[in-house]
Parts: sequence; C-alpha cells; structure tokens
Amino acid sequence: MLKYVKNHMDSIEGIANYPMVSLLIFFIFFVLLFWWVATASKEHIKEMGELPLDIDKNNKP
Amino acid sequence: MEIEQFRYDNKIVQKFLYATMLWGVVGMLVGLLLAFMFLFPNITDGISWLSFGRLRPLHTNAVIFAFVGNAIFAGVYYSLQRLLKTRMFSDALSSINFWGWQLIIVAAALTLPLGYTTSKEYAELEWPIDLAIAVVWVVFGWNMIGTILKRRQRHLYVAVWFYLATFVTVAVLHIFNSLELPVGAFKSYSVYAGVQDALVQWWYGHNAVAFFLTTPFLGLMYYFVPKAANRPVYSYRLSIVHFWSLIFIYIWAGPHHLLYSALPDWAQNLGVVFSVMLIAPSWGGMINGLLTLRGVWDKVRSDATLKFMVVAITGYGMATFEGPMLSLKNVNAIAHFSDWIIAHVHVGALAWNGFLTFGMIYWLVPKMFKTTLYSKGLANFHFWIGTLGIVLYALPMYVAGFTQALMWKEFNPDGSLVYGNFLETVSQIIPMYWMRAIGGSLYILGMLIMVYNVVVTIRKGSSVEDELAEAAPLTRVSKRRLAGETFHNWLERKPVQLTVLATIAILIGGIIQIVPTILVKSNIPTITSVKPYTPLELEGRDLYIREGCVGCHSQMIRPFRSEVERYGEYAKAGEFVYDHPFLWGSKRTGPDLLRVGGKYSDNWHLNHMYDPQSTSAGSIMPAYQWLVRNEHDRGAVQDKMKAMVKLGVPYSEEDIAGAKESMAEQALQIEKNLYSDPEFVRTYEADKKYAKENGEDFIEMRDREVVALIAYLQRLGTDIKIKEPEELLSQNR
Repeated sequence: MLKYVKNHMDSIEGIANYPMVSLLIFFIFFVLLFWWVATASKEHIKEMGELPLDIDKNNKP
Repeated sequence: MEIEQFRYDNKIVQKFLYATMLWGVVGMLVGLLLAFMFLFPNITDGISWLSFGRLRPLHTNAVIFAFVGNAIFAGVYYSLQRLLKTRMFSDALSSINFWGWQLIIVAAALTLPLGYTTSKEYAELEWPIDLAIAVVWVVFGWNMIGTILKRRQRHLYVAVWFYLATFVTVAVLHIFNSLELPVGAFKSYSVYAGVQDALVQWWYGHNAVAFFLTTPFLGLMYYFVPKAANRPVYSYRLSIVHFWSLIFIYIWAGPHHLLYSALPDWAQNLGVVFSVMLIAPSWGGMINGLLTLRGVWDKVRSDATLKFMVVAITGYGMATFEGPMLSLKNVNAIAHFSDWIIAHVHVGALAWNGFLTFGMIYWLVPKMFKTTLYSKGLANFHFWIGTLGIVLYALPMYVAGFTQALMWKEFNPDGSLVYGNFLETVSQIIPMYWMRAIGGSLYILGMLIMVYNVVVTIRKGSSVEDELAEAAPLTRVSKRRLAGETFHNWLERKPVQLTVLATIAILIGGIIQIVPTILVKSNIPTITSVKPYTPLELEGRDLYIREGCVGCHSQMIRPFRSEVERYGEYAKAGEFVYDHPFLWGSKRTGPDLLRVGGKYSDNWHLNHMYDPQSTSAGSIMPAYQWLVRNEHDRGAVQDKMKAMVKLGVPYSEEDIAGAKESMAEQALQIEKNLYSDPEFVRTYEADKKYAKENGEDFIEMRDREVVALIAYLQRLGTDIKIKEPEELLSQNR
C-alpha cells in the first residue's frame, strides 16, 4: 500500500534544491526586515505612529 | 505653504455601515436557523431551498463576505481618506463598489439556496458571480490606489499597507481558486482535480481567513484602536515587523487543513512548520494592539467601544494561538472533522471580526452624525450579552469536539470499536448543540440591540455627508532616496514599490507550495483500477454537490486504525484524479462516505433519503424527499462529459455518444434492484395506479433524481478493492 503514498517528488529534477532555496529566501527575508526596522530613525517612527491622531501637521519628506 | 480645502466622503461610509448591520443580522439569523436544525432536523421539512446543505454555504458566505466584507469597506473608506488627507479618488467608483458588492450578495442569497454551488468552501458561488466579484474587487483596488496617488500625506501609515496587501492577495487567491470550466449558465467544474483541487482550495480557504478576515481587520485595528484610545500605537516598529512577517508567512500555511489526507507529506509538513511560526507575528500584533491601551485602562471600564476592541483583540490572540496548535499533526488528528473546528472559527468570527466591527460602529456612528450615542447602557449591555454569547457558543463546541474525537477513536479490548454506530456519537452531543444555539441567540440579541441603539442615535443626530477638512498639498520630492533617508522611509512614501514588494512576499509561499504539485503529473500516482464515473454517476455527483452533502459528510478516510476500522481502507491520492471538484469535506456531522459504495442496498438509500429517521433512529439528517419525487433533467450530460474531457478525464467518443443509453440502462438496473423490496413495490405501484386513475403524469422511478444519487453513492470508493479489516491489520503489522 505504501507505494501509493511514497516517492511523490522523485521525478522532479533537482528537487533537492527546493528546500535549500526556500530556506535561503526565508532567512534573507527576515534578515532584511530586521535590518530595515533597526535602522529606522526614532523621530520618523514617532511621526508615523502618530499619523492617525492628526497631531503632526507638517509634511516633511 | 498653501493650505487646500477638501471634503471627506462620509456618505459612502454610512452606506457600508448600514449594509454591515443589515447583512450581519441576516447572516447570523441563517446561522441560528442552522444551529436549530441540529436539534430539529426537519424544521424546514420538504422545502429544498431551506435545507441544511444549501443554507450552510449561505451562512458562511453572508457572514464572511456580506457582514465582514461591508465592515471592511466601511472602515477602509473612512480611515483611508483621513490617513491620506484626501477625498476618495472617485465617487463613481465608490458607488460601483457599494452597489456592485450588494448585488453580488443578493445574487449569492438567491443562487445558493437554489443549489447553484461549486461546493468549494467559501468559494461556492458559481462562475458568473465569480466574474462579478473580480470586477468589483478591481474597482475597489482602483479606487484605493487612485486615492493613494492623490494623497496629501507623504508616508503611508501601516494600516494602508494592510489594505493594499488585502487587495492584492484576495485578487490573486480569488482568481486562481475560481478557475473553472463553465458547462451552463450556473454550472461549472473546477479545472483542478482531487489532490490538486484540495491543495488550491485550502491555499485559498486558509488565506481567505488570512487576507479577508485578518489583514484588513488588522489595518482597522491599527487605525481605530489608537483613535478610540487617543494615543499612538504601542510600537510602530513592531507593526512593521508584524505586517511583513504576517503576510509572508501566512500564505504557506494552507496545507494544515489537509493533514493526514491524501496530500503528499512534504506539503503537509511545510504547512505545519509555517503554521507554528505564524504565532510570532500574530501575537506580536495582538500585543501591539492591547498595549496601545497602556495608561488608559480606566477608560476601558466606561467606554463600550474600547471594551469591544479589547475582547476583539483577545479573541484574535486566542484564535491565533489555537490555530498553530490545531495544525500540529497530533492535535489535528483529534480536532479535524469535529466540532472543535466550529468553536475555533466562531471565536475568530464572533470575537475578532464581530466585536471589532461593533467597536468601530459605536465609535463611528456618533462621529458621523455629530451627536453622542443614544444609550451607553444599551451598548454596555450589548457588550456583556455578546461576550456571554461567545462563551456559551464556544465552550460547548469544544466539549462536543473532544467528545466526538474520543468516541470515534475508542476501542474495545478485542479490537472492535466501542461506538461502532456513528449515531451514538451524535446523540451524545445534542445537549452541546442546545447550548450552542442558546449562545448564538444571545449574540444575535445583542446585535439587534446595537441596531436599535444606532438607529435612534442616527435619528437624533444630523448627518454630515461631506466633511470639510484641510491640508497642504504634497511638494514634489525626488523619486530616489533623499540624503539621510533610509530604504524603509523611502518605501513608505512609494505605494507602487510597496505593493510590488508585498505581492512578491505573498507569491513566494504560494509558488513554492503549489507549482510542484500542479506541474508534475507523476506527483499523483495513478491507480489503474480507478475509472471515470459513468454518465449517471456523474449526474448523481452533481446532485450531491447541489444539495451540499459535503457540508456534513467527508470523503476522506485518514490512515488511522479507528477510521480504517469504521469506514474502510484509507484514501489514496490516485483515487481522486477524476474528481472535479474534490469533495473531501471538512466536517463530519454525519459519517464519512468515501467507501459507502456497496455498504447498503439501493432500497436502504432510497428510504434513507426519503425519511432518514426511519432507517437510522435518532439521526439528525434532514429528509430529501424532493430527490425521491423530482424528475431528473439529465439533458446536459454530454456537455458535461465533453467539459470533463477538456479537463483530462478520459471519456472516449463512444462513451459520450452512448451516454444516454448508458444512463437509461444503469437507471433501469437500479429500479429493478428497488423492486426487490416488497414495501417499495406496494407503495410505488399504488402511486402509479393512483396517477393513472386520476389522469396525472407519472414519473418512472428510473427518471427520478434519487436514482442518479444512488448510482453515485454505490460507486463511491469501490475502485479500490475493499479488503477485510483482518487482512489489512495483518498487512500493517
């Protein structure tokens, strides 16, 4: 019976690359994300957080 | 700097709010009727368009797309204008969005009870309505992006990112899951079959939860919670991490709906890993929402809006903790197909979506009608009765779920099932179904009180349809990054680039998961004994789809000893290669039907459809008497077979040409089989005689709907040789 559920992916060429590529994409994504968040300036973060409250009337780039 | 004056469009927000309340009441009342059908299965006896199988998709669609959908539009149309300091891009597009969406809802409310359904959960609507949804959704996106482009606020707040991701992802999901081949004005077949169809469906189904019930509401949370609490979100940095990690990870998790099914193992494991990871961004977001209230907890005591929001966010936290737990294989083995899942989705829908919507309504209505809420007391009463309703709904369903799972899996020392009759496991939990119905009633009562409160508030206020506002226009700045500007700051003012990146983030998960399964044929091992359905079985299968049997009966035996013992040999991927669409189901209110073929006589099925309680005392299945009486229109069978050929089902030219004869022959055989029961002969011949004497038309049994359904049911699962349980057990050892 196991022949029905085993070896599904054997026929795809280079299937071994799949998990490695997935892991790399995943890892790089989060490295970039945290780098990005860590480098954001304090004033900018404060300004963005207050956007819904209409406190900030300036429109600095 | 010159200040510009402009007006916010409040009219469109009001319209969406009214629609939210109307459809919320309607959708939940249908749900309540369904809850009572568990207690009084024949409450709508004989009315086909009020039968359980047809109303269930109406309930889910009404709550998700009508109630929550309109709430999303109301919240987005209100907050987007204010966050971008501009009126919506086009009043005409706003109007098309509103009326188009309501028209789709009405179309759904008409077609689903009439039995026009694709049977794919939360995507049941047939192809013409699918097209309309795509058009209206694009109008919504066009209007939103147009508004973003003419904004007076340079940087996009995190709520707007959530809206953008919602638009893009729902479009992608809807299009790919709705790929179907029409065979008539309201009939189509999914282009995918079996395992592939299941994978695409649950990639869609899971992400409909993610990107229709979660991301837009997170956007609303990031706008309305700070507004109601009058302080900025706890951590804006956290909200950035929340957004990107949530949309990136969510899309991979779909296969957790198919654990232990015939889906390849690698896809199941991928789904589990990503589901467990999802807890991090979900709880990050929940904590961010709750901690926004730091320092104003005293206000929560008196302010109904904040109360609703606190319970909503808590409900989000509970449901997103439960989700990853449910996707662990060992927990899923217990929970799947049981009422536990019903509890889980209702914590999400009633607490997270419902309560956040109510909080938003209580905050928005007085604002937009320049008045105060008519009665704070009633709002508080709504809060408490609603909360009690959620508890009374969810807790009994958890108990019911555990009870079912334990009873389904209980063995005697001699290796036989303790509760071999499925009905024993049903009658055991009837008290739980009673409590659930009461909990649901309380929740709806609360909602009706809210509607009253809101109506009186509106009548004493004065509507401001175009609210005056002012802001400075944006000055042009370089498209490139400015000196000292980080990549992140730059991206927040570049909506197109942000949308492109968000799209890439959501596509990665989908591609890695789905492409291998779709492209590689050999992925699904073929089983030579599996043959396409005969023309009559194909027609019977369409009846099974029309009546929504899949809402209560699965066709997926998992490889557990308890399931093999109860239902027969476990399901293989290769068995479903001709199933357009797949009918694995997600809930077992009744037993699994994958191997029901040959288990009962044709007469048993006929009697069971006519009066389920006569064959199975205490059954809560409703009667399907119209199937037994109605003449069956099988005129389109050749078109259906041709459509199947296009989708890869190997019907030959002769098969199609001889379809009518084949059907007549098979139907006649079933009629002959039915004649073996003297009771059938007596009543059937009496009916015939009566019709003849009174000059009425008489429909021969072989031409009736039930015969095709019996043909289909008797075929189910018989392609693989049924082995004796002893033989199987010795093999497994």
